Amino acid sequence: MAQSTRGRATGAGYLFLLPNLLGFLAFTLLPVVASLALSFYAWDLFTPPKFVGLQNFAALMHDRDFWYYAGNTLFLMLAIPVNILGSLLLAVVMNQKLRGIVVFRTIYFLPTILAGVGTYLLWRWIYNPDYGLINAVITNWFPRWFNDGIRRLGVEWPPQWLTSVTWAKPALMFMSFWTVVGGYNMILYLAALQGVSPELYEAANIDGANAWQKFWAITWPMVSPTTFFVLTMSLIGGLQGGFEQAFVMTRGGPAGATTTISYYIYNHAFAWNHMGYAAAIAWVLFAAVFGVTLLNWRLGGRIVHY
Amino acid sequence: MFTIEMKKFLTYLVLGFVGMFMLLPFLWMLSTSVKSASDVFAAVDNPVKAFIPGKTEWRNYNQVYDTTRAMGGGFARWYLNSLLVAVVVTLGQVTTSACAAYAFARLKFPGRDKLFLGYLATMMIPGAVTMIPNFILMRKITEWLTAAAPAVNWDASRVVYLFGRTFDVGRLVGLDSYFALIVPAMFSAYGTFMLRQYFMSIPRDLEEAATIDGCGLFRIFTSVILPLSKPALATLTIFTFMGNWQSFYWPLVVLTQDSMKTLPLGLLSFMGLYSTQWSLLMAGSMMMILPMIIVFIAGQKWFISGIQLGALKG
Repeated sequence: MAQSTRGRATGAGYLFLLPNLLGFLAFTLLPVVASLALSFYAWDLFTPPKFVGLQNFAALMHDRDFWYYAGNTLFLMLAIPVNILGSLLLAVVMNQKLRGIVVFRTIYFLPTILAGVGTYLLWRWIYNPDYGLINAVITNWFPRWFNDGIRRLGVEWPPQWLTSVTWAKPALMFMSFWTVVGGYNMILYLAALQGVSPELYEAANIDGANAWQKFWAITWPMVSPTTFFVLTMSLIGGLQGGFEQAFVMTRGGPAGATTTISYYIYNHAFAWNHMGYAAAIAWVLFAAVFGVTLLNWRLGGRIVHY
Repeated sequence: MFTIEMKKFLTYLVLGFVGMFMLLPFLWMLSTSVKSASDVFAAVDNPVKAFIPGKTEWRNYNQVYDTTRAMGGGFARWYLNSLLVAVVVTLGQVTTSACAAYAFARLKFPGRDKLFLGYLATMMIPGAVTMIPNFILMRKITEWLTAAAPAVNWDASRVVYLFGRTFDVGRLVGLDSYFALIVPAMFSAYGTFMLRQYFMSIPRDLEEAATIDGCGLFRIFTSVILPLSKPALATLTIFTFMGNWQSFYWPLVVLTQDSMKTLPLGLLSFMGLYSTQWSLLMAGSMMMILPMIIVFIAGQKWFISGIQLGALKG
């Protein structure tokens, strides 16, 4: 009897799994293996693939474009700590029993949920150097002495934003702040804050702690698991990110200033038909993501307060 | 020391300020979208006045709709494509994920835990790694199928007659096909993982009672597990739907034909044509995000709970 039930469960287990497993094998596992194999070949899709051993990886190490774009990717990732801190502060302000909080939460989440070609197009318009909203504010409302002063420092002002090598990356970073600050991370922080016992704050009040002290002594350590999770996910996302924005807003320019690693992979694979080289870059990216994850696991236990 | 009232007031002030920061870009999008061509550049002198269109030109929306019709059907067709892709992918993903999650959570079979670990491991792999071979597959599959079954013209675009009109529906498989847009997206390791975690939290007593009543595994799945998992299923449904409505990278790679494009790609080609007509571009953007705003507000409860559910993997 026991034997037959187990036999039934085994068959049933595979049967329930089958549709998903087939798709998983065909469109995830097999492609992973294939792209690893591909990274040892040179292939333009038209002539037969040619085995080149480790040449793709060797070429990548000396590819100055690649390192420049890797630098761009890291530069854009500098926005991550600012975005996370913004989400935390916003969550702290929102973590009160006030009417209308749900309305604010919905509004703050809108940019995250709508992020895509539509909002990127909108920001292209906002950053338009001649008729855009931001430069209109700078030229009309900023005091003259301020604008002149910045120009005298030799800074391009008002910025040409997306068409400027200097300002294109900061422009994308500011947009990313708008996009993510009220999104997933804030919701996670809000949930974490609601789990902090009010008694801790009451005790601190009795000791006469001010808001600043309470934040660093109670809130920050209590939400550290969330910070850790959010930071890990943001770093992983940041390493792989930047393609869609740049494709819609700048085409990776000016002069490659907004091309990220993922954009570079796109160019090699889908614009220039360098399948093997693209696969090699993708695997290097994977290694970086893996490294970050591993590092975070190692460090996590030491830094995070559970 | 602040009084409670003061603190409340300050909080609302901060929240309102941040809210304005979030909403102003959208308001500018809306106001630009109904401006006449000459009004569009009003912001140059006065940023506040730029939010108030001189004369409201709702015709811009008609114009976007009409001028894009020559582009393989335009917005009407792109809505349809996005809807079709998002609905079918969502149904497929939720179904296959739920079945697999049930197997991983409740059924015992050899290799189960190793397979599950494999699923988990692939969640970390960047999309680009798998996308390259998947693209090659779509690119080459028509050649391979022609070699295997030469009787069928695998390379031809198909046409469907509906309501007295003809619709170009692309190839059967390969580039520019609904197959390429839909099938690879129907399987999700993340969805499987999320539902498995949820199923694990359901008490087993109910299933045992159902077994005693003579229910088979499939009955238990459909009449015990699934009804109890409505929140998780709703969350996965709405996330998958929104994600696919917006999906960009993969459609960009496998589509060239205007009539097959999903909304984001359609909007992109529209942008290429009207690169400086900002009122029309903003009208197009509005047309893309409006349905999403509605879906989001209708389902926002599931979003919030879903985000917290997804974070359990931390």
